Amino acid sequence: MAEMSLNELTKRLRECAGEEEGVDLDGDVMDVPFDELGYDSLAVLQTTGRIEQDYGVRISDDAAAEAHTPRMLLAFINESLSQAAAA
Amino acid sequence: MSVAQTERTAAGIAAPGGQHSTAAPVFTGIGVTAPNGLGTRDWWSATLAGESGIRPVSRFDASRYPVTLAGEVPGFDVKEHIPSRLIPQTDHMTRLALTAAAEALEDSGLDLKELPEYAAGVVTAASAGGFEFGQRELEALWSKGGQHVSAYQSFAWFYAVNTGQISIRHGLRGPSGVLVTEQAGGLDAVAQARRQLRKGSRMMVTGGVDGAICPWGWTAQLTSGRLSTRDDPRQAYLPFDARAAGHVPGEGGAILILEDAETARARGARCYGTLAGYAATFDPGPGREGEPGLRRAVELALDEARLSPADVDVVFADASGVPELDRLEAEAVTRLFGPGKVPVTAPKTMTGRLAAGGASLDLAAALLSIRDSVIPPTVNVTEPAEGLRLDLVTALRRGPVRTALVLARGFSGFNAAAVVTAAE
Repeated sequence: MAEMSLNELTKRLRECAGEEEGVDLDGDVMDVPFDELGYDSLAVLQTTGRIEQDYGVRISDDAAAEAHTPRMLLAFINESLSQAAAA
Repeated sequence: MSVAQTERTAAGIAAPGGQHSTAAPVFTGIGVTAPNGLGTRDWWSATLAGESGIRPVSRFDASRYPVTLAGEVPGFDVKEHIPSRLIPQTDHMTRLALTAAAEALEDSGLDLKELPEYAAGVVTAASAGGFEFGQRELEALWSKGGQHVSAYQSFAWFYAVNTGQISIRHGLRGPSGVLVTEQAGGLDAVAQARRQLRKGSRMMVTGGVDGAICPWGWTAQLTSGRLSTRDDPRQAYLPFDARAAGHVPGEGGAILILEDAETARARGARCYGTLAGYAATFDPGPGREGEPGLRRAVELALDEARLSPADVDVVFADASGVPELDRLEAEAVTRLFGPGKVPVTAPKTMTGRLAAGGASLDLAAALLSIRDSVIPPTVNVTEPAEGLRLDLVTALRRGPVRTALVLARGFSGFNAAAVVTAAE
């Protein structure tokens, strides 16, 4: 399965948790902390829940809670995706 | 020591760091989402014109249920009122509450940034949080599994949700809370807000907005046995009428800004009125004899306001629509005021009963009645039930209103009475 891109992630963040006013999710947000993007831990949890359903993978809640930026969350997600593909 | 005595004592002592005044608090902002109008202006003009918002249910297919009418808030465009971040995490009734809270804060003219960090809090009335949201997620749970349940279910169907969301959105970090006393909650919450002002808060966002117009909410409300099964909007909810047969449920309510009187005046706030008196009582327990607690609530509230029944210009009735409960309310009023001695009205005949939102909306109506020297009508009631001896206001009545009494009864024996007076 192909790796998840930043675009895919921000699309799901928008769908699952909306978009904070004054934040440009289409900009260079790869290393911007989620709280600066207007997303709390519940927003990230909601989004990873959706990704788990859509991609048929399991992302641990602890991993989701540790991921403070899109880059960190994508690393966890893509690790799960490659493990699922190898299994 | 009774609750009323405790409150009177509390009013006389300074709070920690206390700049608060001992004068009765004032209402400085009103926000409304009601079945006969979204926003205070639309709702109030509809209310004075006698325009009802009771219609066939449109939010779900109610055709196979015994109750098919509701009061639904018209023309609510969620994207216009609610930020995108809050849409996935809120039930419809929380969105209505957020909309009313934003209107009330704007109306108050308060600059929240100028308040000390913990000087402003939120106390709202609630039933059970977001029924519609909860139903959707429970459906996902049993049909697809736990992984498909929204993370936001954790609070969206929780009864404290409106208080929490209003607090977070506006950064109101002072003492906050929730009251759950069914229809009495719309007054009880305001009284709890007053308690926080007495302890030193400067401003409280209070009142109630409620609603559960979805299959689960319908099923829950049907169990009360008090809902009208009529399908003609003009004949379904007729409190104090010979044809009374229960009530129509509705959604919405009012959010009010209650402020310390001294600091409100110091900032030149426009005051709608003063919360001069309040009391809550319980009915005798199951199987026990005795008069219901409503009359005693009124006596205690008037006593606290240092007013007598003759001072009251209008009574906003609880107006159950259940004949026996209407009779008990009419008896309480006539015993205190004398037969036909005080105008009684029930503008909720235009909205249906709004659960935790109803009495707050009546408070808003009472405040605007004072402002505009007018009493809004009770609609559709044309055949008063025999023996009630009420001066029921069935057409708009003009004249000075300086003191209004709002009554509310909650399912299971809650009674509350609030006295509001023209601001000094």
